[in-house]
Amino acid sequence: MDFGFTDDQCEIQRTARDLLAERATPARVREHAEARTTDAALWRELSELGWPGIAVSERYGGQGLGQIELSILCEEMGRSLAPVPFLPSAMAASAIEQAGSAEQRERWLPGLASGETVGALAAAVDSTAELVIGGAEAQVIVLIEPDGGGRVVAAEDAEVTPLEAIDPTRSAARVSASGEQGELPGEVCVGLGRALISVSSELVGVCDRALTMTVEYVKDRKQFGVPVGSYQAVSHRCAQMLLDTEKARATAAFAAWTADADPERLAEAAAMAKAASSDAGREVTAAAIQMHGGIGFTWEADVHWLFKRAQLDAALLGGAGRHRAQLASILADKLGASAAA
Amino acid sequence: MDLTFSEQETAFRDELREWLSANKPGDAPSEGGEDAQYAWRREWQHRLYDAGWAAPAWPTEYGGRGASLTESAIYFEELGSARVPLPANVLGLLLGGPTLMVWGSDEQKERYLSPILSAEEIWCQGFSEPDAGSDLASLKTKAVKDGDEWVVTGQKVWTSGAQYSKWCMLVARTDGEAAKHKGLTYFLMDMEQDAVQVRPLRQITGEAEFNELFIEEARIPDENVVGGVGNGWKVALTTLMNERAGLGFALQIRLRQLLDDVIAVAAERGLLENPLYADALAELHVRCESIRLLAWKGLTDVERYGQPGPEGSLVKWLWSDTNQRLTQLAADIVGADALTVGESFSYELLRARGNTIEGGTTEVLKNIVAERVLGLPRLKVAA
Repeated sequence: MDFGFTDDQCEIQRTARDLLAERATPARVREHAEARTTDAALWRELSELGWPGIAVSERYGGQGLGQIELSILCEEMGRSLAPVPFLPSAMAASAIEQAGSAEQRERWLPGLASGETVGALAAAVDSTAELVIGGAEAQVIVLIEPDGGGRVVAAEDAEVTPLEAIDPTRSAARVSASGEQGELPGEVCVGLGRALISVSSELVGVCDRALTMTVEYVKDRKQFGVPVGSYQAVSHRCAQMLLDTEKARATAAFAAWTADADPERLAEAAAMAKAASSDAGREVTAAAIQMHGGIGFTWEADVHWLFKRAQLDAALLGGAGRHRAQLASILADKLGASAAA
Repeated sequence: MDLTFSEQETAFRDELREWLSANKPGDAPSEGGEDAQYAWRREWQHRLYDAGWAAPAWPTEYGGRGASLTESAIYFEELGSARVPLPANVLGLLLGGPTLMVWGSDEQKERYLSPILSAEEIWCQGFSEPDAGSDLASLKTKAVKDGDEWVVTGQKVWTSGAQYSKWCMLVARTDGEAAKHKGLTYFLMDMEQDAVQVRPLRQITGEAEFNELFIEEARIPDENVVGGVGNGWKVALTTLMNERAGLGFALQIRLRQLLDDVIAVAAERGLLENPLYADALAELHVRCESIRLLAWKGLTDVERYGQPGPEGSLVKWLWSDTNQRLTQLAADIVGADALTVGESFSYELLRARGNTIEGGTTEVLKNIVAERVLGLPRLKVAA
């Protein structure tokens, strides 16, 4: 038993963190957020490095690595808030690879792996998704229905209405597809499970960054002649932020591992990760604003970008409550199965 | 990342599981009160000892199996899963023995370790005092040198198993002039002397797991100093660091079992259909799994980097809070049984209130996390 990363995984993490620290600086993120633009140059660079295809199999031009490696990159995307459609594209690729027909895979995966095609994935009802992250710039969109079915549609065949989501670091749109074509014939739940893990991992990165920023701030900010972080009302809230973050991190890491090594437990592990990380994302970034005091409520401080990203990610594919309901039904099924045995 | 067990670890688990299923101690005695229960646990430890299962984590030279940290965690998980009691001399096995292995002289190791293992001599822990709880280093029990003996006077509290113990791990002040952490010495005190009076401390469950110790000029030979005079704080920290290591895995399994029991009752009564109960139980499931994962993560960090990460304090904090929430929710789900004396749910409901206090209060754990993990400045307090 070992929770640590392999040397190769550590290397991926280090490279990603260093590169994004340099390219997606707070100033750069702010520039794109205020202009509501994608950082096209960064997306090109990441594409050249093969990041969008990290978990796409080699036959479709990807690197053929696993969910753990993809999750490492998602976490760094959350930490840096890089204004690129990495998460939506990766989620779409997971679903198409896991549940798509041979034809759908051949049509979409090479482009998603190379970054030439941008994808998105969202929950929909009757082929309409009210809020699709990355939807305004995606060429291919995966829609997952409440009954577990899914379809993949080309943006040109759908009605795409751009929206201004509260998180301006990524585009958003309402997407509505007509007709019936593009149904995913395979195991949509596996693709969905992987998508849930990717967004959970991004939330871990958001939480980690919010905590780091907050700790730095409360060490530095003085009131009544002492750093505010020396007050237990403040320091204990920071400790709570760490606990929430570590819970999210542990469940997301476990889920990423099951995706590659123990698929039987994927649905349960993914629901746990999304429940824990959605709660953590909201709590930790809200606490970050509070612990920054008045400055935390200003447009000038960068902490609100984290809160906004967390809000979008926490709601993406269902919030904590929906995934706890899912878990409760898994627990009830287990109980039924053991009673029957 | 590999969340599977090695062949050797699996073999260890299989061997233990097989042994446990063939050697379960049966039900606890229903008569004779706590004394009879304790005798039963002592007998149980002796059976474990005969089979070499009393303390697998101890090195083979001291009668253990030299089990790895992972195997040791498996050991406590299996004891929990088999629903067998912990060995009677749990403080000797988990705290006293390992502390002596680090700080004890060869003579001390020779003299004390084997009777700990066989439960022939029971150990208790004399650290906390009425005025020294979280602020342990402010303790006042005094030891004064008299020839080749030390004369000890003071009061200790929360001493579990004191009435059955032969030896007490006692921390006392040997230098009143030195700074508060520096004037302490760690002793092994013989409990079988009139100068040591044990008074049971009845707790909110009605039982007396703990005791108060009244020490009036007790005598301790100089050879029973552990780790040198004035070095007591460091030695005590070794004991405290061992406190949570293995036990956490047994506690985590008990939490899991209790949650499974509550889920089963909820299902039986159709309450899983109620979205409020379903949500609360699912949240407890997430917490339970987080505890398991963080505990294993902490352990593999130690194996990989040689030192525990922040997980130790986080796990204890999360576990104690979760056990309280679970036992409280159980009161809604199981109803009368959770509110009737003598039922296990009512016992757990009351006992859980101690969880956020014993072994480091949640407030102190938050301070530890804030200061040592996050590096936040310490609040200046009066010395």
